[in-house]
Amino acid sequence: MEYFTQQLINGVTLGSIYGLIAIGYTMVYGIIGMINFAHGEVYMIGAFVSMITFLILTMIGGVWLPLALLAALIMAMLFTSIWGWTIERMAYRPLRGSFRLAPLISAIGMSIFLQNLVQVLQGARVKPMQALISGGFEIMEKDGFTVTISYLQIFIIILTIVLMTIFTLIINKTSLGRAQRATEQDRTMAALIGVNVDRTISTTFVMGAALAAVAGLMVTLYYGVIDFYIGFLAGMKAFTAAVLGGIGSLPGAMLGGLLIGLIEAFWSGYFTIEYKDVAAFSILVLVLIFRPTGLLGKPEIEKV
Amino acid sequence: MLKFTDVHTHYGSIEALKGINIEVNEGEIVTLIGANGAGKTTTLMTMCGLPQASSGTVTFEGEDITKKPTDQIVSNGIAVSPEGRRIFSRMTVYENLQMGAITTDPKYFDEDLERVYKLFPRLQERLDQRGGTLSGGEQQMLAIGRALMARPRMLLLDEPSLGLAPLVVRQIFEIIKEINEKEKMTVFLVEQNAFHALKLAHRGYVLVNGEVTMSGTGEELLASKEVRAAYLEGGH
Repeated sequence: MEYFTQQLINGVTLGSIYGLIAIGYTMVYGIIGMINFAHGEVYMIGAFVSMITFLILTMIGGVWLPLALLAALIMAMLFTSIWGWTIERMAYRPLRGSFRLAPLISAIGMSIFLQNLVQVLQGARVKPMQALISGGFEIMEKDGFTVTISYLQIFIIILTIVLMTIFTLIINKTSLGRAQRATEQDRTMAALIGVNVDRTISTTFVMGAALAAVAGLMVTLYYGVIDFYIGFLAGMKAFTAAVLGGIGSLPGAMLGGLLIGLIEAFWSGYFTIEYKDVAAFSILVLVLIFRPTGLLGKPEIEKV
Repeated sequence: MLKFTDVHTHYGSIEALKGINIEVNEGEIVTLIGANGAGKTTTLMTMCGLPQASSGTVTFEGEDITKKPTDQIVSNGIAVSPEGRRIFSRMTVYENLQMGAITTDPKYFDEDLERVYKLFPRLQERLDQRGGTLSGGEQQMLAIGRALMARPRMLLLDEPSLGLAPLVVRQIFEIIKEINEKEKMTVFLVEQNAFHALKLAHRGYVLVNGEVTMSGTGEELLASKEVRAAYLEGGH
């Protein structure tokens, strides 16, 4: 039971991170119907920018921790937002209206380009960072096994809940969210009532990128090591999460992320850690075979 | 108010409009009738810049809007109820109406909503229902209501009668007449249902294969032999 609880905590933490990245996939898919394969790289850039910000702040010295976190968060979100906007503008918008696979190929190209760019700029070696937030609560103890939830885990989970709540409110209650949903359902009609479709799509990329940046910051803090290649695997898993939850569905992405995190944590805890990726991707295969629309993605029945 | 001067529109290499001249004056109902594939919808969509005219000019209130982006054209006082209605089916009726008001000042919202409720009491009863679950007639009402929420000075309607029961068609046409007479709304109506459209309209144009072949007042066209033979007798 104690071991189970510990894995549950680890899984929820991991799932939060995947969920944040998955939202970017699902939103972009919803609005322009393509998988943005460069999204994992945006997350990786978010991780690098936050690490660089921390290093700079450490060099200056004596910055209050919450302030340092906030600074890293803002910097990471700012940089990735610019990247998200640029990627859409350069790699996808010129191909809009082209055949369906064109933006997909462009996305893969963008992904390779960003990986290599970061490799050239930052070097190929793994970058370590000392833990900034240490310590935690001991929840229960039995037979020498202690269940702990670290402050960092609490920080990650709470920040995720806050961001997801804000996001859901934006999508459901604001005119920006309505414009996004309208564009998603019928781009032509959205333009016909005066929605600036191009700007709405750009905003969607920016929002997705900003969330990925937060995930990047969390990973930097949580694992303490990053390299230029982390975006690939995390991106694939978040994509799996989005498909599992039902691609195009916002609650689906959150649920999918959580489930993938839990599956990974429990698999590592009870079976072998080496095969945790296999477990996650097997889920993708099973979902695609048995429920291609995902858990929360329902094919809409519409009257004509 | 709105003027087409020698407008050509292409879809790829296909020329859908072959030099069209149309004029809609303020306060008028002008209808464009024609067979399937004559270019009626293309004419209406060219007014909105989707697609843009490949040559010729479109002016609205004296301003050249030929190359303007769609969202700017519609926020300048043109609103559309498009072919097939295109309701946002996964949004509620209320949200659809909110979407219609996206270009207007929020201070007008309540007032505009009241006006739509007055015209279409049915919509008020169904506010929280999803657009996709409405009947065809209700969807058409919502499409017109959504267009009115933008406080347009000119309303473009594409086949509002399509697929509706005769009784509902009559209701919709009466509302169009009411909007025109009471609120002095300028209306451009594209219709296959030539009889109803010509009876309602002040003036009409007949479109054949991307060219205007005839124009005149609604009564003149209704009385014309060619129009009767091609669009009124038999099918309708």
